[in-house]
Amino acid sequence: MKPVIWLILRRAGFGFLTIIVISLIIFIGVELLPGDVAEAVLGQNATQETVEAFRKALKLELPPHVRYWVWLTDFVQGDFGRSLANGREVSGLIGWRFANTLFLALTTAAIAIPLSVMLGMMAAFYRNTLFDKVISITTLSFISFPEFFIAYILITLFSVQFNIFPSMANINESMTLVAKLHAVLLPALTLTCVVTAHMMRQTRAAIINVLASAYIEMAELKGIRRLRIIMRHAFPNSLSPVINVVALNLAYLIVGVVIVEVVFVYPGLGQLLVDSVSKRDIPVVQASGLIFAGAYISLNMMADILSMLANPRLRQSQTS
Amino acid sequence: MKSENLLQIRNLFIEGFYENQWNTIVDDISLDLKRGEVLGLIGESGAGKSTIGLAAMGYTRQGCRLASGSIKLDGMELFGASEEQLRSIRGEKIAYVAQSAAASFNPSHRIIHQYAEGPVQHGIMDYEQARKNAVKIYDRLFLPDPEKIGLKYPHELSGGQLQRAMVAMSMSCEPDIIVFDEPTTALDVTTQIEVLASVKEITEKMNKAALYITHDLAVVAQVAHRIMVLRNGGLVEEGETRRLIKKPKEKYTRDLLSVRTLSEDKNDEDKTDVILKVKDVYATYNGVDNVLEDINLTVRQGRTVALVGESGSGKSTLARVITGMLPATRGEISFLGQPLSPDLKHRDKNNLRRLQMIYQMPDTALNPKQTVRTVIGRPLDFYFGTRGKEAEKRIRDLLTRIELEPAKYIDRLTPELSGGEKQRICIARALAAEPDFIICDEVTSALDQLVAEGILALLQDLQREMNISYLFITHDLATVKAIADKIVIMLEGRIIEQGEKTEVLTPPHHAYTDKLLASVPVMDPDWLDNLLDKRASTFLS
Repeated sequence: MKPVIWLILRRAGFGFLTIIVISLIIFIGVELLPGDVAEAVLGQNATQETVEAFRKALKLELPPHVRYWVWLTDFVQGDFGRSLANGREVSGLIGWRFANTLFLALTTAAIAIPLSVMLGMMAAFYRNTLFDKVISITTLSFISFPEFFIAYILITLFSVQFNIFPSMANINESMTLVAKLHAVLLPALTLTCVVTAHMMRQTRAAIINVLASAYIEMAELKGIRRLRIIMRHAFPNSLSPVINVVALNLAYLIVGVVIVEVVFVYPGLGQLLVDSVSKRDIPVVQASGLIFAGAYISLNMMADILSMLANPRLRQSQTS
Repeated sequence: MKSENLLQIRNLFIEGFYENQWNTIVDDISLDLKRGEVLGLIGESGAGKSTIGLAAMGYTRQGCRLASGSIKLDGMELFGASEEQLRSIRGEKIAYVAQSAAASFNPSHRIIHQYAEGPVQHGIMDYEQARKNAVKIYDRLFLPDPEKIGLKYPHELSGGQLQRAMVAMSMSCEPDIIVFDEPTTALDVTTQIEVLASVKEITEKMNKAALYITHDLAVVAQVAHRIMVLRNGGLVEEGETRRLIKKPKEKYTRDLLSVRTLSEDKNDEDKTDVILKVKDVYATYNGVDNVLEDINLTVRQGRTVALVGESGSGKSTLARVITGMLPATRGEISFLGQPLSPDLKHRDKNNLRRLQMIYQMPDTALNPKQTVRTVIGRPLDFYFGTRGKEAEKRIRDLLTRIELEPAKYIDRLTPELSGGEKQRICIARALAAEPDFIICDEVTSALDQLVAEGILALLQDLQREMNISYLFITHDLATVKAIADKIVIMLEGRIIEQGEKTEVLTPPHHAYTDKLLASVPVMDPDWLDNLLDKRASTFLS
């Protein structure tokens, strides 16, 4: 068997390749937008000279492959270009918003992952009992509602009715961590409701799948307690699918939360992306697209690598 | 002692839920097991022997239930005992050794942690004490490097070592009774001996009582004091081992005993038409190490060549090379005098048709979504373009040929069939192509003894009628003795001995052939002891 380090390197190589392909797709996709960028941005009344100057500034007169290369190399060096809408550095626009997005995602993950793994384990432990069914139905109902619906319900309950948490999750850098957490709790709870069902059901299914194994019967015949069988014998062997679904949901929390951001007026990257698309602010769109893709790919890559490391067969091959 | 019998089962009925109702699967079984005694439970699959073994631990598999009767373990009634009571006796008073250690060890934990889990969880000793005991017992069971072997993960041990590690694990709480459930079935004959020796070590020297479950009478004869023969959940016959083997009362027991005497010795030298010739063949999986080296063999028309060796000896690889799935890197394969392209993709349809294959696992070799008609009809359509009425007639002919009633089987889905029936369908599928040559890869090793004999007899009949040649891959020398005309013995990718059956089976042998032959259990209760004594004395001298 190949040493696990090679498997990891190969996986990382694939991840890198995927990012390059995505960057191409983003670039070409923007190229394919109908109409001339300069005219679209400057409007019908722009003079010929302003349009020319604008094209020059954007290097639009260069052939596409050269522009792609320049864009990519600049991007790698941290130079995301300037916003067309207001001329500010894109990195400055994106930076703190991306940090906000990550903050919300991590807060949600900190609640949702332990919750859903625990619920999944318990549902597997008490499978086909009333408890199992109640968990399943509850989480499934949450996932069936649109996100904004859950968001408004939570706002009605916790901001309007009881006034415990703010309905606007407007955070800024001067706030303390506690204040920030207080502000993002409602959006985080909304997202928790959305992602928990998926992760919980996957955990439950993975564990139940493993429970049919001969080594589980062996553990039972050794007189091991059922809870220990689930925690120690079943869970480690069902890690791989659990890690994968957690990674997928984490990626969703970073990339797909724009609706929740809008509802709570949260200054995240998703909202910026939507604004920029409507304003045709191409450098911002490209940069945020690539950042989202990067987050998605690296999370999935991490999931695969962790799955490899969770498997003693692969882990061991390093030494032998 | 609370009672004379460690285990006392009375009028036990167990039911299984299938075909939408509860059916009796263990039918009025009573048994007694005393300290220091080994009771053999023997029967084919479906005889209920594993179910009885598990019931002795108060355990039933999913979809089964204890219906009535009494199971007393050292005076304690298990029937109707609470989950917690049952949990406290499992592992501690009565332990279990499963058929497949590879599947029954948790792949995520080290061997030693799985050993120690029982005693630590039952509160008998701490981890350090359990670890020390483990080393002692590993040593006793001749596991290599007993101090360190426990630190390995299950996949790092060989099948025989793992099975012995499992025997050791069953001893971790020093239980009174151990249930051995087919502990050697998945092993080669040579590794089977190691495990049997460790079973004997434990039951005799450590004075444990044991239930030994197997389908192989020759194996159980080595370890058991008494034997119960089971069939369809009921008792056929029970008796002291020597008596049962010498004077079986029931016909079924006699059938189990009188096994593998199928072949008439075809020692005719007049057949000279060579069907398959393999000359100087080499093959590799990674381009560097040869997995097959210098392979030469011929198969004649209407004859059976048995290819024998342990797992990993390259027998199945040779089959892959002959079929072209793994192209040979050097050498030549000719079929009916014509050179055969090494790669499957370059062979014409006619050559593909004339060379068929039957696999070890009929379950995985058949599409579970297809009916018998589709499975057998497919090669008819593919090779001959036969469809419709004509195909229907051929399928029915073929089913008759493999001794399955066409009307009853033709519309069945393959998962509805038993293992032996499935293997017969695989044979019919191969026959549908009207082949000259069939490679049989361990076709009986997944089947019960009597079913396997039925398959072997069928293959021999077909050979007689249709003059087909077989390359019969197996690790079971008893099968070889029964059906082969010629024997080829492989070790580490090379052929180390080949010749006519009588020639190979008559001494002097190659040293490895000798070991292989000596490892096949014979129906003699003293065989294992004699063999182990002999090995010990040659080791000392």
